[in-house]
Amino acid sequence: MNAMSNPFFTRSGWLYLAILAAILLVVFPLALDPFRLNLVGKYLTYAFVALGLVLCWGHGGILSLGQGVFFGLGGYCMAMFLKLEASSPENTAIQSTPGIPDFMDWNQVTALPWWWEPFRSLPFALFAVIAVPVIFAFIIGFAMFTRRVGGVYFAIITQAVAAILTILIIGQQGYTGGVNGITDLRTLLGWDIRTNDAKTILYFVCAGLLIASLLLSQAVHVSKFGRLLIAIRDKEDRVRFSGYNVAAFKIFVFCFAAALAAIGGAMFTLQVGFMSPSFVGIVPSIEMVIFAAVGGRLSLFGAIYGTLLVNYAKTSFSESFPELWLFAMGGLFIAVVMAFPDGIAGLYNRYLAPHIARLLGTMRKRDAEGHSLANPAE
Amino acid sequence: MNAVSPQKDFLLSVEGLTVSFDGFKAVNDLSFYIDENEIRVIIGPNGAGKTTVLDLICGRTKATSGSIRFRDTELTSLKEHQIVHQGVGRKFQNPSIYEELTVFENLELSFPRGRNVFGALAFRRDAEVRDRVEEIAGMVFLHNQLHTPAAILSHGQKQWLEIGMLLIQDPTLLMLDEPVAGMSVGERLKTAELLHTIIKDRSVIVIEHDMKFVEDIAHRVTVMHQGKVLSDGSMTHVQNDPKVVEVYLGH
Repeated sequence: MNAMSNPFFTRSGWLYLAILAAILLVVFPLALDPFRLNLVGKYLTYAFVALGLVLCWGHGGILSLGQGVFFGLGGYCMAMFLKLEASSPENTAIQSTPGIPDFMDWNQVTALPWWWEPFRSLPFALFAVIAVPVIFAFIIGFAMFTRRVGGVYFAIITQAVAAILTILIIGQQGYTGGVNGITDLRTLLGWDIRTNDAKTILYFVCAGLLIASLLLSQAVHVSKFGRLLIAIRDKEDRVRFSGYNVAAFKIFVFCFAAALAAIGGAMFTLQVGFMSPSFVGIVPSIEMVIFAAVGGRLSLFGAIYGTLLVNYAKTSFSESFPELWLFAMGGLFIAVVMAFPDGIAGLYNRYLAPHIARLLGTMRKRDAEGHSLANPAE
Repeated sequence: MNAVSPQKDFLLSVEGLTVSFDGFKAVNDLSFYIDENEIRVIIGPNGAGKTTVLDLICGRTKATSGSIRFRDTELTSLKEHQIVHQGVGRKFQNPSIYEELTVFENLELSFPRGRNVFGALAFRRDAEVRDRVEEIAGMVFLHNQLHTPAAILSHGQKQWLEIGMLLIQDPTLLMLDEPVAGMSVGERLKTAELLHTIIKDRSVIVIEHDMKFVEDIAHRVTVMHQGKVLSDGSMTHVQNDPKVVEVYLGH
């Protein structure tokens, strides 16, 4: 790369972006029926988490095994709004307390808790989708990084947080829907989200947001902040003694990853129609790390492809051998870490990228020749 | 200097500095003073506490008691990055550079601008940054290696790169921990020459074992032994100090 300029993408980077956009926005919608397309849309919601992990873990060296927490919080904030809309007094007339979510009624809760109240407003809910996980990430990050907790210890603590939040959600059944989660979501401002048309539209919203998130992540990556992340992973002390407050940088990237995970969680709720603790806990959080690892933890594009691939494999594999899937997943993770630590993107960069670059190079040369012919004065 | 002032204004005053690791006093009631534009070399046998003193000044280790005043600021209560902002730069014993970044990027990250999160996000590589990086790269003999990944530099070049990373911060007090350790004879000569150019207009504390090198650059020499100052003065003074002779030859 040319250090004199600081391009947003290299020439091949723009090509990758075009290919990704074509696959997500043209190929999948044309090739897949609405059911499969919705399934891909669900996979893509995990890709938001994987993008955040590339910056946080791949570049910054901060391994979080609790991204499900932020995915879940984002998803729950969205689900609370949708649930309140679905629990109009007319819809819930048969309950002993009409107008509150069904699971509250089943649990003898007779009034809507005060902290559910603001979620009647869509703008507030959308704000909370981002704000709640980011504030939570900030608290964890501030407590850990200013005390210089890092590495394995940080990973274990995030995992503990994921376990605690799961237990809390399940335990507070009357307020959270417990182990079933918040289900039977129907409409968004009166628009039925359960129809095939709605799901297709939501798929495009999700894919569009994912591409926007990719661009935002790339903007962070190419800034000096992005290089500092790598420097922090490499030699944290040197960064500190170059005058940077390392904790602030780590908190920021952790919150950034949390925000991306939260957008994914909210899109999950919209497309799948429910949110439950099974997307918050330890297992889903580790799965999300595996998506990023398989795709390539250093590559934003790799993270998206890795997520799609592992989820596709999961769906097809677990349809035939449900009990073997977890073993396969574990094996896959070990294989990736041992044999190709940079994932699919690493393999691509080593074996394919040089050929692509050569191809682009000859194209560029031809461009340049054509250009000089057209402008002989230059 | 101000004649009315009863006490001379030192750049750095270390007084009664003590640090204790589980009862072991690595630095024990240490006091010394550094003038503006002074080159001070700290020597002493292994385990004398030399590196610990630098760690204490730059905030890497917290003092158990005592004070470190830099101009009018007490450093013992500041965080590492705040001490850097005061104008203290530190080079580590083993070259501490970002191996995965290029020489240019290493120097650019050390350029003192955009040091907070949003400053770093908004940082632009403008002409000022490029000129300064190229100027410093020239000083540390790396102008032809700007786009080389730092990982593949030689050991001596890595040491120079780290010195360059400090120079671009333009510190008032520069602390170097064994800057010529592990260097070839040729590299050593170039480093001595480099140090002579960079010590202008700033104070420097150097830890070094190479006596030839020490003699060449030092204004004053402080000999440390078991966490205390054993002797202090010109090179000839400390070389002829019987206490120093005993510590060095008695072992």
